[in-house]
This record gives sequence, structure tokens and C-alpha cells, in this order.
Amino acid sequence: MEYMIRFTQSHETFRLAEIEALAVFEGIKLEVISYSLDSPFCLVKLPSEEAAIRLVRRSILAKSVYEVWGKASTYEGLFDSIRAESQHLWPLYETCSFKFSVDTFQGSRTPAEQRNLIERFGFLPFEGPIKMKGFDQEFCILEEWVHDSAAFGIQDPQSVCLARYLGSSARDIIAKYDLKKRKYISTTSMDAELSLVTANITLAGPGKLFYDPFVGTGSFSVACAHFGALAFGSDIDGRNIRGKGKVNILANFDQYGLMPQFGDSFVADLTNTPLRAARLFDGILCDPPYGVREGLKVLGSRDPTKGREVVYLNGKAHHTEEDYIPPKRPYSFLAMLDDILDFATFSLVDNGRLSFWMPTANDENQEIQVPQHPCLEITSICTQTFNRWSRRLITYRRIPDSEVPAEAIREQRAKEQGISADDLNPFRKGYFKGFKLNGK
Amino acid sequence: MKLLTLNFLTCAVKSCKSTSASFPLHPKDCELVSDTLKSDPKLLFNILPRLDWSALSTTASELGFPGLPPSAPTKEELEANEKLFHDLHTLLLETHISEGSLVCANCGHSYKIKEGIANFLLPNHLV
Ligand SMILES: [Zn+2]
Repeated sequence: MEYMIRFTQSHETFRLAEIEALAVFEGIKLEVISYSLDSPFCLVKLPSEEAAIRLVRRSILAKSVYEVWGKASTYEGLFDSIRAESQHLWPLYETCSFKFSVDTFQGSRTPAEQRNLIERFGFLPFEGPIKMKGFDQEFCILEEWVHDSAAFGIQDPQSVCLARYLGSSARDIIAKYDLKKRKYISTTSMDAELSLVTANITLAGPGKLFYDPFVGTGSFSVACAHFGALAFGSDIDGRNIRGKGKVNILANFDQYGLMPQFGDSFVADLTNTPLRAARLFDGILCDPPYGVREGLKVLGSRDPTKGREVVYLNGKAHHTEEDYIPPKRPYSFLAMLDDILDFATFSLVDNGRLSFWMPTANDENQEIQVPQHPCLEITSICTQTFNRWSRRLITYRRIPDSEVPAEAIREQRAKEQGISADDLNPFRKGYFKGFKLNGK
Repeated sequence: MKLLTLNFLTCAVKSCKSTSASFPLHPKDCELVSDTLKSDPKLLFNILPRLDWSALSTTASELGFPGLPPSAPTKEELEANEKLFHDLHTLLLETHISEGSLVCANCGHSYKIKEGIANFLLPNHLV
């Protein structure tokens, strides 16, 4: 049977990645029949109505899912299509209460026009009462118009579809997790919508263990916890973990009633991780700092020949004192990405997922290559474009060792030995020199 | 910090990682706190194969918890043993260290825990 997923027309490159991840999560065979970045309507084949409802119920970028009764490029064609494709379904809905609605993309219909459209479906043998609320079934006329149709004086949609509403997504939870209403946030907190999408793409779910090694204020942890995972996080900046007084990551979990989903948060540097090398996590997700503001830092001294000895102040080993702050040195963003891939390889369970955000310029000269690892298969690359730069969400699947090709030896990138943050970090360099505006 | 997390952690010093003495870290002068959390069988069964059982036994005995079985139960054994299920839920997920330190038996470095948050940043001479 054919079903229609009605997406939001935003974050376009994330939509299919999210719905395909949910199909994997739910164990549903999903076949995409037609999909375009320019349209919110995605036609798919699914095993059942039940599977269709389950597929979209925790989606953030889908709005709803429908059973397709007919589709064509004109209304005349649509009526023929409905008679040919779905006449066998009509008797099932002869007596139920129902509602008709119109969903117009890139066009508009006045209430009077909508009523006229709906009346044209009077050939359907529906005898039940029409209700605006508390109806048994909703039938929707989905219209797609070409972009800017009004300006071109176009009178008709380019495609029309009649579909029966089956279920809605989890899009309404975006408001619940709105950063404006969250207790503990910072300027680098990922917004609720993209945090939840990231958690979906990484397959967060009940009983699973998730880890964010750059947890910050815990945006991803909260999103994973919402979907039922036990969320762990660490950060090299202790101030992020501790927060201020009672305002910290734990306060966010408490605010949303997610305390049973709080794993832990601790202060640590991924390049000197205290986590033992074992398959501990079902998912790893992060937005590593790429140093637009302060440059990426790891533990160590800028001058590697210094600081090899314990420092004593007033007869006490300085590092055991309350006020000791270990020195940090600049680190290459590319080297960190490699470290994340290595870490994910030994920490993820088979088929567990790694997702991370990375910046990329809107200019191919400043393009940062997508890092690769023989034990990790790229499952999706999504791009969010801003004016002067873009960022990508890259997701990998941990391939079971038995499927990793033996000859696949990773191209080892020599770790840069530079001192200046700009030399180490191609993105930061581009950002401060000013990326060329797209085609302008 | 939860005792589950302690089972996932070793000394952060690179040269310690290859030695068996660096895991588990040993709690020292620790204050324990216990929450009441709803138990989740799916979560506990998922955690089970990721535990290092002998390290967990060490931690439990060092903190004065009743002895654990000598080897990790299978999922089926845990399903059938309500008391063990409850004990493990309490030990791993409800019990956490609020203050104290964790000591590596190999290098002797001590990681502080304050207000439930452990700090694994290494002093410069150990990086
Ligand atoms: Zn050590």
C-alpha cells in the first residue's frame, strides 16, 4: 500500500535521514517511491497502516502520515485515480463520521474555494455525519503548486492527492523543549528541534545507553532522554558540567521529568578519556566545539617539552590543590574528528550509531572532507545552510567486525603539530577571514 | 556519580590503561547517596553484558554492599531472580557517590568527586 508522509518544508536535507533512521529503529521496511527536497509530500510504500503510524509517531520533521486514495496532476485525473485505486476501500467508511480538509503547499485556497473543492468529492458514498471535531476519519486533499504560482498567474496546482489521515508525528514536543523555557542553556546550546532530530537519527530509544563527549549544557542528552535512553555526557570545561549553583544539566532533566534517564555527567577530555575501551554505548552524538570563539582545546602544554614534572607551591603538589586548573593546548579540529571516529569504533555496540555536527564553508576551497573510518559506514549527511557558512550532521553505523574489510586501512592523517589555533583549524581560519558569500 | 558509571571508567593516564591495576578505580572517603528510581528491565538487561563483573564485585565489596554472585547472571537468570534484579538496580542506578575521590592503583592518582561530579582532567605531568 502507498502512504504519504507530509513533511515540514524546512531542514529539508534532514527529513529523509530522520525517517529512514526511524524505519531502522522500528524495524519497518520502508521504500521511498517519490521524494524531492522541494516538496513536503513524500510517497512511500510500507507494509501496513500500523507500520505507517509507528514510523512517524516520533518523527520531528514529518507532520503526519496518510493512506493514499489517489493522485494525479489534475482533479479530473484524481477522480479517475480514486475510482481505479481505492474503490475497494469505500465501503469501510460508508457510515463513520468524517471530516474533509485541504492542505495546500505553495498556493492558497479561500474557505469558499475549499468548500467547492470538497464538494467535488461528493461521488464518494459516505453516508456518515460530517463533524469538525471528534470525527472518526479525516480525508485530506493535498495540493502542490509550483513555486510563486500567484506571480505567474497559474490557476491550478501541479499535483493533487486524496488521502486518509492515519497519525501524526512528535512535532509538538519541539515547543516543550524550547530553549527559551529551559533552565540551563548557553549560547552554544543546540535548538530543541535539531537536538531531537539528531537523537532520532542516532536511534536513541528506551533501554539504550547514549554518550555525548562534548555535552555542554546537555541539549543532546535531554533529547536522547526524551526518547527513553540513559544519557551520559562529559565536557573538558568543568563549568559546563557544574553549571551555576543548582542550574545545571541535572536541573534540565528534573525540569522535564527525565531523572530516571540521567546517566551521568563528568569532567573529561576525549583525547585523555577515562572511559575504558569497551562496547559500552548504543549511540554517541556530539557537536564538538570548532573554535569560532575560543579554539578547540585539549589537555597538555603548548610546549610539549614543558610541564613534565610535578609543580610544588609552598611545599604542596600544586595539582592536588583546590584551585589547580590543568593547562590546555590548542588542538586541530580534524585531529579531533579522527579521535571521535576512533573512540566511536571501540565504544559503540555493533550497528550503534555515531552522529556529529561539523562546520563547512559555503565555498568548496574551504570544504572540510567528511572523515572516514573502515569500521564506520556513513548512513547520512545532512546540511544546515546559513548565510556565510553551513554545518553538517554526519552519521555513521558501527559495522560489526566480521563485516569490516581486512584490507581497508585507514588513511591516517598526520596530526598537525602547530601552535596557533588558526593554523590548526581550517574552519576557524575561514570564519575570521570571512567566507565568500554564496555566488555574490 | 553512579556506580554504573564507575564500572565504565578507568584511569585517564594513557600509560595506565594497559595495566590491570588501573581498573576499577578505588573509591576513597566516599559519601554515598541513594535515589529512588523506577526500575527498567529493558535498561538493566541491556547494561548486563557491558558490565565488568569482577570490577563490579570489587567496587561493591569496597563500598560495603552485600556480596554479588561470583559470576554475572545471564539475562534469563536475572529475569528469574527478583532480588538480584532489585539489588543490581539499586547498586548500579540508584546509588551514587556525592563526595570523595577515586584512586588509580597503578599510578596512585586521585580523581576528585564534588557534588556528584567526577573530574578526570589530568595534571600536566600525567598527560
Ligand atoms: Zn593511573
